[in-house]
Amino acid sequence: MRISLEVFAVALKTLSQHKLRSALTMLGVTIGVGSVIVMIGMGQGAGALVRTTIQGLGSNMLLVFSGSTTAGGARTGTGANLTITVEDAKAIARECPSVTMTSYGKRDFSQVVYGNQNWYTTISGVTPEYQLIRNWPLATGTFFTQRDMERGNTVCVLGYKVYMNLFGPERDPVGEEVIIHRVPFRIIGVMGRRGALPGGQDQDDQIFIPFTTAEWKLLGSALVGYASIIFASAISEDAMTEAEQQIRDLLRQRHHLPKDVPDDFTIMNLKDVAEMQAATGKILIKLLGGIASVSLIVGGIGIMNIMLVSVSERTREIGIRMAVGAKRSDVLVQFLIESVVLSCIGGLIGVALGIGSSQLVSLLGHFPMLLSPLVSLIAFGFAVLVGVVFGLYPANKASKLNPIEALRYE
Amino acid sequence: MAGKELVIVEDLHKVYRMGEMEVHVLRGITLKIDEGEFVAVMGPSGAGKSTFMNIVGCLDYPTRGHYILYRQKVSTLNTNQLAEIRNKKIGFVFQSFNLLPRLTAVENVELPLIYAGVPRKERRSRALKMLWAMGLKGREYYTPSRLSGGEQQRVAIARAIVNQPILILADEPTGNLDSVSAREVMVIFQRLNDQGITIVLVTHESDIAQYARRKLIFRDGKVVEDTGAVALQPLLKGGTA
Ligand SMILES: Nc1ncnc2c1ncn2[C@@H]1O[C@H](COP(=O)(O)OP(=O)(O)OP(=O)(O)O)[C@@H](O)[C@H]1O
Ligand SMILES: [Mg+2]
Repeated sequence: MRISLEVFAVALKTLSQHKLRSALTMLGVTIGVGSVIVMIGMGQGAGALVRTTIQGLGSNMLLVFSGSTTAGGARTGTGANLTITVEDAKAIARECPSVTMTSYGKRDFSQVVYGNQNWYTTISGVTPEYQLIRNWPLATGTFFTQRDMERGNTVCVLGYKVYMNLFGPERDPVGEEVIIHRVPFRIIGVMGRRGALPGGQDQDDQIFIPFTTAEWKLLGSALVGYASIIFASAISEDAMTEAEQQIRDLLRQRHHLPKDVPDDFTIMNLKDVAEMQAATGKILIKLLGGIASVSLIVGGIGIMNIMLVSVSERTREIGIRMAVGAKRSDVLVQFLIESVVLSCIGGLIGVALGIGSSQLVSLLGHFPMLLSPLVSLIAFGFAVLVGVVFGLYPANKASKLNPIEALRYE
Repeated sequence: MAGKELVIVEDLHKVYRMGEMEVHVLRGITLKIDEGEFVAVMGPSGAGKSTFMNIVGCLDYPTRGHYILYRQKVSTLNTNQLAEIRNKKIGFVFQSFNLLPRLTAVENVELPLIYAGVPRKERRSRALKMLWAMGLKGREYYTPSRLSGGEQQRVAIARAIVNQPILILADEPTGNLDSVSAREVMVIFQRLNDQGITIVLVTHESDIAQYARRKLIFRDGKVVEDTGAVALQPLLKGGTA
């Protein structure tokens, strides 16, 4: 067998003589390979989503909100109707064995002014433990301390996006002052970059101030002692469900809720949220997997069909080639290479299509896609495989032709 | 020039089976063709001439009998070895030219060299030289549809001889040509024979057969007349003595 570049060139030339036919034949492989790429990209993205969400949100974090949840998952209570308190948070840390640490917070939205720059953002009043629970390093400066909490100091830590918008990348903001709600705050640090939450909220677009400062200086005194959210850190990932139960029991007891009354709070297990998000992705992946395998098989059958047509159209050519000295293996290789070239071109287009649609999915669907060159290679490998598997039968048929009958064929 | 035995067939039979029916196409052909001979094969339609040529050309197997080509027993060879013989030792010329319509003249001529594994550059130059020798300068890059019948047949001859075969088998090569083109083609065959290439040619026309030095007449699967057989006998005896 002589497999040289030349054989490929001849195959390309032959295929280009039937451009439309070749293009239509490739379509199945193209769609199949494209789907494989999107599928694997989503699969890896979904896995990474769970991992980064859990790690990114903090060590084994549980969130507690005010307000109850319906069976469908919609929260009925609003921030105006606060039910959880600072004391609840402290009690959880103290009394739940599976919880190591808690923090609590309140948030508001406000204009922030620095010089002639201003930015509308979220103001989060939290406790110093927040940074530890979230496992969130600072880009520069420090987070506020227990002392700042006790004194209600007007210090703040900027989210990365706020910092970029007010200062730009060159200036060090530590020590500068910003005006929030007509109150000047001294900047003591900038949070590291975190990006968007699975829900789409940008974590870098907020300013952190001590909880007490928020209560005393920014928010109405009527709600002193109430928190809109409690952050709790479980002792381990496995203990998260346990911790959730302990928190529920404790809060129901503290809120004096009779057995038949639903919770007046909502506990969110972020691991569950991330996994739910990933599960949606997994359904899509299965769907795509189905499309991919069906397309590849249909594409392969298309190739086989066209190659069979080609073999019978070119029976005389095969006879002539055999008469001038082509061995059976030469004929086999010629037709096999043709089908492989056909599926490879289809595969290449599919790879481009797959990468393109992956980008589109991650852009429009807010779903993180993880694409590596290996993924493209695997998908392309499928195309080659389809070309070989479905090209073998027609090529073998061509090589087994009787030269005399082939020459006589009209 | 004559003397070395190129083709020896002994009691060659070919039977086609079509269901229950058996068609006995060749019924015991025994003959020898020496190197350098120019043989015309004649006879009525259906006499088995093409069948005989296909067997001699290693495109087909006999049902019975022996065939020795160039001291090799063909019946013992596998399909790959037969392909190699067709590639290196034999050149075919057909009535219907059998050029590949999508390829240019020079690409058609290159075909046997591709399967002989000749490198690209050498292939092209050898193919071009063959075309020029056939008087086809200026037609090298024409596809067959743009060539006249005579020109197409000369391309086919160039293809048949490009790999320097010892035997050319031509089955009615002038059957589709006008008399002028036919004469041109025959002159080429004569020239090739003068260079020492053995030629076996099937024809229905006696004036074409005139170019040959030996005539075989086929009828009902048998050779009924062989003008060269007598002349050959003493030569063979002389060779073995
Ligand atoms: N594959 C086949 N199956 C059955 N019969 C066949 C086959 N090939 C040839 N024949 C028969 O064998 C006989 C001889 O055929 P062949 O082609 O050798 O004749 P020919 O002498 O070349 O005739 P022509 O001068 O018309 O070319 C014919 O009767 C033909 O029908
Ligand atoms: Mg015939």
